[in-house]
Amino acid sequence: MKKFITGNHAVSFGAKISRAEVIAAYPITPQTEIVEKLSEMVASGELKAKFAKVESEHSALAACIGASAAGCRSFTATSSQGLALMHEMLHWASGARLPIVMANVNRAMAPPWNVWSDQTDSLAQRDTGWIQFYCESNQEIVDTIIQAYRISEKVNLPAMVVLDAFILSHTSEPVDVPEQKKVDRFLPSYDPKYKLDIDQPHAFGGLVNPEWYYEFRYKIACSMEEARGLINEVGKEFGKQFGRNYGLVEKYRSNDADVILVVSGSLSSTAKEAVDRVRKKGRKAGLVRIRAFRPFPKEEIRKLAKKAGVIGVLDRNISFGNEGIFFSEIKSALYSQKRKPLVYGFVVGLGGRDVRCKDIEKMIDSLYKKQGLKKDINWIGLKK
Amino acid sequence: MKLTIPEKEILNPGHLACQGCGAALAMRYALKALGRKTIIVLPACCWTVIDGPFPYSSAGVPLFHTAFETAASCGAGVNAALEVKGKNEVTVLSWAGDGGTMDIGIQALSGAAERGDNLIYVCYDNEAYMNTGIQRSSSTPHGSWTSTTPVKAFKKGPKKNMIEIMAAHKIPYSVSASISHPEDFIAKLQIAKQLKGVKFMQILSPCPAGWKYPSNLTVKIAKLAIETCIFPLYEVKQGRYKVKKPANKKPVSEYLKLQGRFRHLTGEEIDEIQKNTDQVWKELLKKEKVFG
Repeated sequence: MKKFITGNHAVSFGAKISRAEVIAAYPITPQTEIVEKLSEMVASGELKAKFAKVESEHSALAACIGASAAGCRSFTATSSQGLALMHEMLHWASGARLPIVMANVNRAMAPPWNVWSDQTDSLAQRDTGWIQFYCESNQEIVDTIIQAYRISEKVNLPAMVVLDAFILSHTSEPVDVPEQKKVDRFLPSYDPKYKLDIDQPHAFGGLVNPEWYYEFRYKIACSMEEARGLINEVGKEFGKQFGRNYGLVEKYRSNDADVILVVSGSLSSTAKEAVDRVRKKGRKAGLVRIRAFRPFPKEEIRKLAKKAGVIGVLDRNISFGNEGIFFSEIKSALYSQKRKPLVYGFVVGLGGRDVRCKDIEKMIDSLYKKQGLKKDINWIGLKK
Repeated sequence: MKLTIPEKEILNPGHLACQGCGAALAMRYALKALGRKTIIVLPACCWTVIDGPFPYSSAGVPLFHTAFETAASCGAGVNAALEVKGKNEVTVLSWAGDGGTMDIGIQALSGAAERGDNLIYVCYDNEAYMNTGIQRSSSTPHGSWTSTTPVKAFKKGPKKNMIEIMAAHKIPYSVSASISHPEDFIAKLQIAKQLKGVKFMQILSPCPAGWKYPSNLTVKIAKLAIETCIFPLYEVKQGRYKVKKPANKKPVSEYLKLQGRFRHLTGEEIDEIQKNTDQVWKELLKKEKVFG
């Protein structure tokens, strides 16, 4: 059913049609609408779930962990400081192998206070063992939540679905909310083999000495590898059933491109427009959108780099003391390759600073000329 | 002879508690009272170790190890799942030490109490962070040595009064208990099991290593805590106070002198503790009179 909804409500509908059974959340700007909508849905009986209105984000994820361990499909949503407060429990969820799905509305970290878009919050969770998806549109948000459950429950790892603050969270777009019956066929109910069950008492997450801990971590790494294949597989199957295909990456006019932009999130739409404009001027620019950041799409990036001579990576984030995080990851994926393209990093749009089409056109231009570009970070539009 | 404590053991032998551990006894009694239809949520505490390392578990019921400050919130999640699945016969037991309850875990516990999440929360109170090596907690009593309140700067000020804090949340049941009074503890657990909401129980669980006494004295010391009224045994049930009065109230010095953690105290300091204990006891009896 077509609805004209915000990114936040797309999250709420995504959780609803995925039949989340326990929702625990704490409000934080700009995520609040997700929680409000879900509260309404639960209160009206439209969604048969238990909504735990907890006293902090830390408790929100702790409650989801308890619920998931007891065999329920669990959901939460957060943003920025809230995600940082949850950090400890992010490790707990993946370590306990619980397929919780969480939406994170990408927002900058304080101080100074800033509620606008910036990826540093979720990218700081890179090593917590969560699958991470970065969405471009409200449609993709709904679709990704459904797929995230399907993938997570197969590999027993939690997944984070990320959307940009305000650019997506508070912007309405037409969204096709899939029919419940079709979603039920695509996403069977959650029935874990191992759970807190009085008929089969087991202890979960207890003390493990060095003799075994290493193997537990290895298994998480293996499951992440399994997720890598599954994201493409489930994305294709979703395409067959719902008409919209997804994968680890999305390629846009990249097959014959000599210069390639690597982007993520809603910035991709602006970048696609910039690619179209420079194409009209006869330049063979292309684009790759990274949809899954964890597991990282190494092979896809390597394949593209075989053809392109120059890659420009747009980061709406910064790892202080180094550079943009996607930029580091792209270079790291290419290091083992014989043919290494030139890779340049652009840090853009921190704290919700607008990134316009003409800004990206200029970046593409500079990638062609290779003039005035720094090897590591190029800060775009910085006030003097 | 009629035994009043259930004979059936759920806690398995082979757990890793120290000799004379009060917390091991506390869990043994709790499981006897609550039975096998119980799920334990366990944050970081001595019991994380006591239950046994992977792949062993001594609890005998499903147990989920969770992060330090989440005994209540994780328990709330388990309870939510049971509600969704319609498993109303299962008791959720959040089981934490005094650090995980009164310090780092108090926010989550307060939240759960306010929401009315259905769980029994037992704080086994050994009056310090024993699992990390006897550091002071907000439950450490006045005058006590710990590894972070050395003799020259022993713990000043009273224990945090968690039973009153929880009673102020208007939860249905906020009680103290002691491993020296298992019948009382079991009876309270059985009452707690029947009530909806957060039921808070603080059980005094002496720790031979942390309190510095020979391990055969655990029960005796716990008993003296009750008899000297330094750890009064009482309940606040739906706002009504009921206090257990010792037949012969003993001086606190009898309790203090058995424990190395109080060895440094002067006569004057012990008198001060006696005075404070009497004052708190008097206040408690007054509360019982007014709200009994």
